[in-house]
Amino acid sequence: MENLVQEAIQNVNLHAVMPSLILSVAGMALLLVAVFSPRGKTAHIAWLSIASLIVAGIVTIMGWNDTQYGFAGSVQLDNFAAFFSMICIIAAGLAILMSDEYLKRENFPVGEYYPLILITTAGAMWMVSGTDLITIFLGLEVLSVSLYILAGFFRDQVRCNEAGLKYFFLGAFSTGFLLYGMALLYGVSGTTKVYDIAAYIQANPDTTTNVMFVAGGLLMLTGFFFKIAAAPFHMWTPDVYQGAPTPITAFMSAGPKAAAFAALIRVTFICLEGMQDHLTTVFWVLAVLTMTVGNLIALNQKDLKRMLAYSSIAHAGYAMVGLVAWNEIGSAGILFYMLVYTFMNMGAFAILILIGRSGEENLTLDGVTGLGYKKPMLGIAFSIFLFALMGLPPTAGFTGKFYIFAGAINSGYIWLAVLGVLNSAVSLYYYLRIMIFMYFKEPQEDYAWVKIYPATAVSIVISVIGVLYLGIVPGSIMQLARMAGF
Amino acid sequence: MLDLYLPIIVVIGIAFAFAIGSVVFSRLVGVKRYSELKMSPYECGVPPIGNANERFSVKFYLVAVAFIVFDVEVAFLYPWAIMFKQLGWYGAITMGIFIFVLVIGFIYDWKKGALEWE
Amino acid sequence: MYGNLWLIPFFPLLGAIINGLFGKKIKNEAVIGGIGTLMIFLSFLVAVQNFFRLIGDTEKVHEIVLASWMTVGNLQVNWELLLDPLSAVMILVVTGVGTLIHLYSIGYMHGETGYYRFFSYLNLFAFSMLMLVLGGNALVMFIGWEGVGLCSYLLIGYYYEKKSASDAAKKAFVVNRIGDFGFLCGLFILFWALAGHGVWTINFVEIAANAHLLEAGGALITIITLAFFLGATGKSAQIPLFTWLPDAMEGPTPVSALIHAATMVTAGIYMIGRMNILFAMAPSTMMTIAIIGAATAFLAASIGFAQNDIKRVLAYSTVSQLGYMFLAMGVGAFSAGIFHLMTHAFFKACLFLGSGSVIHAMHHAYHHAHLHDDPQDMRNMGGLRSKMPITFWTFLLSTIAIAGVPLFSGFFSKDEILWWSFGSTAGHPIFWIIAVCVAGMTAFYMFRLVFMTFFGAQRTDPRAKDHIPESPWTITVPLMVLAFLAVVGGYVGVPKILGGGNHFGNFLAPVFGPAQELHNLNAHGSHALEYTLIALSVCIALFGIYMAWLMYMKNPALPAQFTAKFAGVYRFVFNKWYIDELYDFVFVNPCKRFGTFLWKIFDVRLVDGIVNGCAWVVKGVGAGLRYTQTGYMYNYAVAMVVGVVVIVGFYVFG
Repeated sequence: MENLVQEAIQNVNLHAVMPSLILSVAGMALLLVAVFSPRGKTAHIAWLSIASLIVAGIVTIMGWNDTQYGFAGSVQLDNFAAFFSMICIIAAGLAILMSDEYLKRENFPVGEYYPLILITTAGAMWMVSGTDLITIFLGLEVLSVSLYILAGFFRDQVRCNEAGLKYFFLGAFSTGFLLYGMALLYGVSGTTKVYDIAAYIQANPDTTTNVMFVAGGLLMLTGFFFKIAAAPFHMWTPDVYQGAPTPITAFMSAGPKAAAFAALIRVTFICLEGMQDHLTTVFWVLAVLTMTVGNLIALNQKDLKRMLAYSSIAHAGYAMVGLVAWNEIGSAGILFYMLVYTFMNMGAFAILILIGRSGEENLTLDGVTGLGYKKPMLGIAFSIFLFALMGLPPTAGFTGKFYIFAGAINSGYIWLAVLGVLNSAVSLYYYLRIMIFMYFKEPQEDYAWVKIYPATAVSIVISVIGVLYLGIVPGSIMQLARMAGF
Repeated sequence: MLDLYLPIIVVIGIAFAFAIGSVVFSRLVGVKRYSELKMSPYECGVPPIGNANERFSVKFYLVAVAFIVFDVEVAFLYPWAIMFKQLGWYGAITMGIFIFVLVIGFIYDWKKGALEWE
Repeated sequence: MYGNLWLIPFFPLLGAIINGLFGKKIKNEAVIGGIGTLMIFLSFLVAVQNFFRLIGDTEKVHEIVLASWMTVGNLQVNWELLLDPLSAVMILVVTGVGTLIHLYSIGYMHGETGYYRFFSYLNLFAFSMLMLVLGGNALVMFIGWEGVGLCSYLLIGYYYEKKSASDAAKKAFVVNRIGDFGFLCGLFILFWALAGHGVWTINFVEIAANAHLLEAGGALITIITLAFFLGATGKSAQIPLFTWLPDAMEGPTPVSALIHAATMVTAGIYMIGRMNILFAMAPSTMMTIAIIGAATAFLAASIGFAQNDIKRVLAYSTVSQLGYMFLAMGVGAFSAGIFHLMTHAFFKACLFLGSGSVIHAMHHAYHHAHLHDDPQDMRNMGGLRSKMPITFWTFLLSTIAIAGVPLFSGFFSKDEILWWSFGSTAGHPIFWIIAVCVAGMTAFYMFRLVFMTFFGAQRTDPRAKDHIPESPWTITVPLMVLAFLAVVGGYVGVPKILGGGNHFGNFLAPVFGPAQELHNLNAHGSHALEYTLIALSVCIALFGIYMAWLMYMKNPALPAQFTAKFAGVYRFVFNKWYIDELYDFVFVNPCKRFGTFLWKIFDVRLVDGIVNGCAWVVKGVGAGLRYTQTGYMYNYAVAMVVGVVVIVGFYVFG
């Protein structure tokens, strides 16, 4: 018994969870700060949250190239996890930057908001560094439960309530699939650690034709598909993205999605390697279906948040192309793409925050008529993000797509790349339409209500820099993504 | 391996068949004679007043959620209590952290007024 | 050691961003112009520093990798700069002349709407041009190449509310696109050809090192270099793509001086210089370049005879001088071509700025007198010598330089080109004859310009003629500096035969020497022959000046008699050989008709039908799919279950 305790202590290795630990502790501490702060005073919580994110980010970066194993192999903080952790941290940081003034405008400045984002991020980090199905599940649940609350945060707004509830019920439903799949995998292999499952399959190659194992693997993947909003598991996305507070929508579309991709890549590439032949077909079909459905429905959207929701579905489809490639370029491409997507999508949402009025009824195509003339800087920034989302050079959207599709072509999936490019062409229509409304229509409003919130402006500037930097000199970051990729 | 589950499937099948079969059978052979008393929700006991789908105060839910959280906490305390001596300081510290986290939730609940009924 | 090289393009970029973003808010012209000028001046200082470092350095080729750009398969592309004697000369010219022209623009553009826009574009142009000349691989160069094209478009169309200006901008853009297409074709074929030998690169140094893998004189290398040359003709306004440059004079005069005389239009020559190894391997291409260059030089010079717009004369003169440089490249006189590029940048920039000063003054005078005469028409000028002494003297010195009068810069650079076109292994006496004729013609039409503008009776409307001022110092200082350079700039490259050391050629030898040696490109001949040729060319230049004096000073009635007698020839030349009309007839109108056909029949009926049909189907499908989004959670849940069942079913049974 003594030995068991000793071993347990040795196996813990807090270094492996240090970044997420920092965020969890900060989250809990700030929860207390929030509850003891007078109502309406939230700015200090926001800044403390950002500070803790910066600390966590520094710790993560310092651990680069120094893989840490913790909790008896349940957690593995490697470059892969570090890269995705940084994406989540950046997403959380940008979301917090654009939140404070927004919450005040929407007349709901409640301090719990920020600790919840921190805890979501911590959960995402467990998910990306988990090498045990239970750890991954735990991370996913921490992430999801916090997000359920955040999605329905404005409890006095009906649409927001709807978003929270729908997300909660459908999320719980998908978690059922996930957990059932994990249980089946455990039933077959007798372990929940991904490397042990892989070893078991190595020892028993016929497992990959075992219906139980296959069903388990696919059900588990379904849970992740739900989180990354792959069709046909995407249907919650538009309703939830539209109803949720805009910074949370931005955050959801970047951080948690990246985390789900990370977990998906890890379990697929390690545990389910034996299923590669069939799985690539599944991924192929889902990738095409996802980007096509996302883009096609986006064509008819008038509400900008909803349009961006469909666009985010389409982008998940592009990223899935990297899964199909199933090689180093593909997985590095996904890492790179998720980073790029974080900047371009969150930047676009930050712009929406600035041009929205309280209640955000005006965030439609008509609502940006002539914006480019009345608010030229906002117009330029929005155009940059839209160009990036379209995938045009010299923005990062182009380089991101380029690496993803290059990976697919390298693996011989020429048609997939062609379909991806065709989809990008379709997507031009609805992105350009926003710009047409911004620049080619006479302004009907003077946009006097648009105030440039300083913190939100900072997040926009960061995003613009990110989009342009990754577009013009992607080399160094791509190098890091390659070091992190599988 | 799947053949191990065959008996279970057989049992499930029998259960379904029995359940459906008895309902159908009683409907086929039973005599139907309705009266006002028979049509009321409860044939005996207090006569119903108002709709059953009444809305409950949200306070019930708050208390229920708080109860579950702290109830689960106690459930975790049992195994620790049994192994208390063997686990020693390590166990004590770990459990302390666990309880501390819950205490934070408790303080939050309290401060937010979730524990007050009025 | 050359770590600060990136600052050279960086400063103008910074200036462009500052003025572009905040110029509207700054409003103060002095601040805006000051920022623009200061930025390019700073990069000039850095350029000078790096230039002298390079002179003192034994290693002459330096690649500076700034960042990795992309890795595609075996191809690694970096953001890299290349500093060698060739690019060192180019950055000095671009930043040096650029600084003077920025300074000039402060005064010249005074009071124009969109003052900040002008300086932002001008800085952006400087940035692009510096990227073009410093680019260490073809892709970085291409970015600069496209960037200067874009800035040229923006600046020609600076007065965009004027139809002729926006038309000219469009013409320049479209013609340049044709050239860019050639450039890209050349690049792709070259890349493909080298990749076929296992070399995946677009880096200039590596291309040069691996050029021997391609067969010298073979069809492949000829096609590659011809494609690149097509790109050069577009950018540097050579036959057949030269028609845009005279129209480009619609832009403000500093733009004409900087972009359409001193720097951008020389990009084609620079590009050939940069890839001299490839061109040296393709004798047929070299011959083509020499012929095109000589033909362009002659054609443009002849058109210059009959133009009355002061800037148009200079524009055709530029085309003609660029032809000279191409002739030099074509006969293998690479360093002579670059030398002429440099001296031409000095005197032609000075001439343009001088003409700008004149136009500025005329405009002022007409404005003062409320007249709407054309301030650019030389027939309205005359006798400006006393009104604008500084402009006159600087203009005269530059004219002497371009005419090839001995001891001025143009003489040295032209002389070397002439000698090579005669004596080079790739040359031919016919080239020399044409070139010498062009030299005489240049002297004639340039002095015609000087005489008509500055000498003789004042033909300006009497109401305006007393209001012609000398320009302010921001205009005259650059003029004086450039005139000084136009006079002495040639002394860095005095050929050996004239007692000089040809330092310029020696400095560039590391770049051009290997190719010239490898492919036996050099000029041979006795000293006596060379002296004779020099004497002949000088005589012809002086004869040109004399003819101009005779016709426009001594006997001003002569030109009219002449044009009356040779009316056909005159009309032919005056109308620029009907080249524009020819192009309209041969290319533009058929294209238009074909385009109309495509548009009316093919496009509207067929393609639009298909495209709109596709769009309609796509949108329809999208609209249909939208109905799957019912908003009911149980529908979503059902979709998920169906998805799972299909996936598992597919996997298990598929």
